[in-house]
Amino acid sequence: MTQTMFDKLWQRHVVAGDDGEPQLLYIDLQLLHEVTSPQAFEGLRENHRKVHSPERTFATLDHNVPTEDIFNVKDAISRKQIETLRANTKEFGIRFADVGSDEQGIVHVIGPELGLTQPGMTIVCGDSHTATHGAFGSIGFGIGTSEVEHVLATQTIWQTKPKTMGVHVHGKLPHGVYAKDIILGLIAREGVAFGTGYAIEYYGDTIEALSMEERMSICNMTIEGGAKYGSIRPDQTTFDYVRGRKYAPKNMDAAIADWQTLYTDSEDDFDRVIDFDVTTLAPIVSWGTNPGMAVPVDHPFPEIQNDDDKKAYNYIGLKPGQTAEQIPIEFAFFGSCTNGRLSDLKVAANVLKGHHIAPGVTALVVPGSRSVKNAAEKLGLDQIFKDAGCDWREPGCSACLGMNPDQVPAGVHCASTTNRNFEGRQGVGARTHLASPAMVAYAAINGHFVDIRKVAD
Amino acid sequence: MKPIGQITSTVVAVMDDNIDTDQLVPKQAIKDTTRKNYGDVLFSNRRYLEDGRLNPEFVLNDFKHEGAQILITGHNFGYGSSWEHAVWALRDYGFQAVIAKNFNDIFYMNCINNGVLPVKLADEQCDQLASLPADQPVTIDLPQQTVTFAGQTAQFEINAFWKDRLVKGIDDIEATETFDNAIKKFEQRRVEE
Repeated sequence: MTQTMFDKLWQRHVVAGDDGEPQLLYIDLQLLHEVTSPQAFEGLRENHRKVHSPERTFATLDHNVPTEDIFNVKDAISRKQIETLRANTKEFGIRFADVGSDEQGIVHVIGPELGLTQPGMTIVCGDSHTATHGAFGSIGFGIGTSEVEHVLATQTIWQTKPKTMGVHVHGKLPHGVYAKDIILGLIAREGVAFGTGYAIEYYGDTIEALSMEERMSICNMTIEGGAKYGSIRPDQTTFDYVRGRKYAPKNMDAAIADWQTLYTDSEDDFDRVIDFDVTTLAPIVSWGTNPGMAVPVDHPFPEIQNDDDKKAYNYIGLKPGQTAEQIPIEFAFFGSCTNGRLSDLKVAANVLKGHHIAPGVTALVVPGSRSVKNAAEKLGLDQIFKDAGCDWREPGCSACLGMNPDQVPAGVHCASTTNRNFEGRQGVGARTHLASPAMVAYAAINGHFVDIRKVAD
Repeated sequence: MKPIGQITSTVVAVMDDNIDTDQLVPKQAIKDTTRKNYGDVLFSNRRYLEDGRLNPEFVLNDFKHEGAQILITGHNFGYGSSWEHAVWALRDYGFQAVIAKNFNDIFYMNCINNGVLPVKLADEQCDQLASLPADQPVTIDLPQQTVTFAGQTAQFEINAFWKDRLVKGIDDIEATETFDNAIKKFEQRRVEE
């Protein structure tokens, strides 16, 4: 019988339960952060339970940390959450990357970076962007705090196997169009719930040509299309990325031999297949209050078709028929688990080099991890950003979610390399416009979005 | 967890599609380290005015809907972040069930794990429920998988395994601990391979 990669991965991890019913899956790796774990540890304590496999668990701080002075958490509630994780990991014997550590950063950036994330694994985290790890040919998915506790206590989780969807991405990416535009374009076309009930696998010549960091950007935003899981078949690019990383398998050759068996046998094995041709894809910018409310940079914003659209236009302060070039950008944010990796910062720095951001624009550059920060500084990217008038910060989630001091002021339009443009996401009243790092860099320089296909070299 | 059998209550409807967890709970509440007392923050951006007073325009503040234990809503409910705080807020506010046109996958499991019954019904049925008079009770019967309202009965689907847990009020981790041997065997097999 032929199978999808997802089916193969799933089958490898079933501990108990019959096909078609919820099954007990073994979890190879759980990543923890300070926001969704305190209540899980509290539950363990109340019931006198231990952590089943501390060696399969790794914790760090990302959501709450201030990025200006990472060691000085002024907000008392944030500080308590941070201290709680510090104490919990100590009490339960879990590896912990504290602020200042070379291993600290956004969970979905450090997992791959440290080689914790590997093909063939099941990976969970109390965070919806855990689909990021699927880029390695693994099953990565976001879970709630009750499930975090369940995995801590048993190293397993009850899950119903989803249906599978293949997204065939093909063609050569046009100049000025990036991996971020693929996922934004897909969600703009298919809607924010097209993936509900499905595990998605991205494949095709476009995907094969992408770097691991680009693949992660795509899998990362799978949840914005409604699917918990987004994955990509592991190949030489994947193996080369994993090799030599701190927690990579000791015997890489044996590991690779196994990973090479992870692929979908036939397109027919998917429950549904979607075709996505990128040859005519344009840079995408979101105009509204969910990631599906997005258009190609040269297209007018759509007419109001329902109450959701009306509410979105009202919040965002724009009108149907306008284009992205007409959005007055006063804030630019570079970072997040979607686009806070070294290659993303390189793209942005390349655009900003020798330029200055427009008067009245505030720009934050927040590396996804300490390691990204160090690497960027070694390349002198920090100086390029600073010379351009940007703030160069410490690693964390920062202004992606407005939970720490980095927030976009009310009413201000922010060009952002992040993943969500919900009402209030980046701060109360903040107006988020999702785009690729190159698009955001040009927007910062010009004070509005531009069609970078016409200007970029 | 408290077992769920029948839930009879009036309903209140917030019919927007794509209500994300950012809308259900504010950031400040997500920073808490406990599992309790999230009721006051549910829908806080819509429930309260800037000065902290109740927003008279928001349906949850309409006294006619006071005590409603069933929320009716639209498509893709619970979209966005996996924050379970969103379900704790619904539960602590007093909602025992949510009837939606459909749910986000992560959110659906968070409901199951907290004994807030997620019921998916057809669009027309949700719209009908949303337009019921404020004092008209609706009955959800979990064992029978039915919703009875305005003289009609609608059937809903729920996986038998999750249903059993909710009906019996089973503690998830305790139940899984009975699989201890299977987990050990699985780990043993892995090592041998």
